[in-house]
Amino acid sequence: MDAVIRGQAYVVGDDVDTDQIIPAKHLVYNDADPAERKIFGRHALSGLPEGRRGLPGGHVDFIDQTDEANTRSAFAIVVAGANFGCGSSREHAPLALAMAGVRAVVAQSYARIFYRNSVNGGFLIPYETPVRLIDAIQTGDEVELRTETNRLINATRATEYELLSLGDVAPIVEAGGIFAYARQAGML
Amino acid sequence: MGMTITEKILARHAGQATVAPGQNVWADIDVLMTHDVCGPGTIGAFKEHFGPDAKVRDPDRVVIIPDHYIFTADAKAHRNIQILREFVAEQGLRHYYDPDFVQGEGMPDPYADPEQTSYQGVCHTVLPERGHTRPGEVLLGTDSHTCTAGAFGEFATGIGNTEAGFVLGTGKLWFKVPATMRFVLEGPMPPYLMAKDLILRIIGDIGVAGAAYRAMEFVGSTIAGMNVEERMTLCNMAVEAGAKNGVVPADEVTIDYVRARTDLPFEPVGSDADAEYLSEHRYDVAGAEPVVAQPHAPDRVALVKDIAGTKLDRAYIGSCTGGKMVDFEAAARVLSGRTVQIDTFCVPANTRVDAELSRRTHDGKTLRQILLDAGCQVAPASCGACLGGPDDTFGRANSAIKVISTTNRNFPGRMGSLDAEVFLASPLTAAASAVTGAITDPRDLLK
Repeated sequence: MDAVIRGQAYVVGDDVDTDQIIPAKHLVYNDADPAERKIFGRHALSGLPEGRRGLPGGHVDFIDQTDEANTRSAFAIVVAGANFGCGSSREHAPLALAMAGVRAVVAQSYARIFYRNSVNGGFLIPYETPVRLIDAIQTGDEVELRTETNRLINATRATEYELLSLGDVAPIVEAGGIFAYARQAGML
Repeated sequence: MGMTITEKILARHAGQATVAPGQNVWADIDVLMTHDVCGPGTIGAFKEHFGPDAKVRDPDRVVIIPDHYIFTADAKAHRNIQILREFVAEQGLRHYYDPDFVQGEGMPDPYADPEQTSYQGVCHTVLPERGHTRPGEVLLGTDSHTCTAGAFGEFATGIGNTEAGFVLGTGKLWFKVPATMRFVLEGPMPPYLMAKDLILRIIGDIGVAGAAYRAMEFVGSTIAGMNVEERMTLCNMAVEAGAKNGVVPADEVTIDYVRARTDLPFEPVGSDADAEYLSEHRYDVAGAEPVVAQPHAPDRVALVKDIAGTKLDRAYIGSCTGGKMVDFEAAARVLSGRTVQIDTFCVPANTRVDAELSRRTHDGKTLRQILLDAGCQVAPASCGACLGGPDDTFGRANSAIKVISTTNRNFPGRMGSLDAEVFLASPLTAAASAVTGAITDPRDLLK
């Protein structure tokens, strides 16, 4: 796990469900195929209604759609409200975000299957914060996550926030997922 | 101090005398289920980490049930089925329900006879019918509505592809033991009410994250009087409140059902009298009224009578939540002798339901005849448009229409178009609304 994760923040609201993170019609791509896996990145967060794309103003696409081949986002950190990732168990949700280049999500709270998938699949780091950050950070802000001290720095606004410790899942996140963790622990 | 049923099941499967909420345990898994959409990814994860020639740890505990993208011309959906077939053959998996009519290109012709195909239909309704749900066990599936199986007194929850690949190879997975919220439902069910109304009411009260990381345990005289399918509807939507699992402790109703479908041994457990619960929520069911979840969240619940008259464009009756026998029997009660004012799409949850629609009667007509005479369209069994699916899916909401549906989620875009508005309701309410073309309280039509 890198000590510092830097990037632009993309801010979304509450109850962003898995259908908004990766619409069901894209689930036909085979996530076990490396080339097709990338395609999920292109469609990440494409299910968000226009006005909810990139708060506070909305109407900011997560991925620049003008270039058909583009599968990566300019935003490396998603900042979310409550219950992020609710809905389906589809692992394609954290996968799509990871394929688009997201390294971490900082949410007020998570739905449990999305949280588990992020951790066990090693897709991204799911940070939680006690503060409602979506009211304090705007889409496009330059943000820095310090993983060793659990702090978020908003370089654009010169503000700093505490992130909750990863707690019990820290060893799995640090290992890079459940398989790596199990190997390290001698289970496999 | 005693344990809840969920704590007991996890303790037993972790080889521990007791466990407490918040504790992390590694549990042995009794059944792992996957379907056509998540199967390929699960297989990929398994092979990536255990090797291309690896064998699953216990083939008898693996159940593969294609159901999501079946009746579509989408070539990638067909490819998913092919991937499953190859894996099943390579591993010698017994519990696989192949849509044998999916061959070659284009929209597959549906099965001619629902009882003459290996295909079964929606996984959460097939698992119990084929004897894979047993009290006291741990059942995992690569689908959020795997919690449906909690209706059989077991711990059942949805997981992702990577985790499922892990389970295929090791037979274990870690869990944080959830605290339990107890829902006590008392009183007889009025004839205009269904389990769907009760679970929507509960989700409306606690919110879409009200049970996040919790077990929802359903008890009380109402539950005792409920048939298995209605209990499934209740547990099915536990995930919509954010729950880890929903559970109805096994009783005679459960055991009779399960015994009729499997000879495998099982050992039911129940919650101890001195178990500790996070919270208790009591409902007097006799006074409960039909409800609807308005767009765009399952917790935007309103009494049907308060929004009655809202014009609709479509009705959809189907899915694991609302496409079972009990659901079509309810819809037929309302539709008998009437016609629908709006496009009404009916999708039986599985091939047994499909067959029974042509056999079971009400008022001297088969249920299928009632649906057809009412002007409904009836498709072969599958998940259908519950989750939108490929563009050519039967019943998919492809424009800004208002749909009343017996399905389980209504977030933006759930059934297709981002501009469609989905109202979640019981089959009684959906059928009544189809007849008038507007949101309608079933009490108005049930005399």
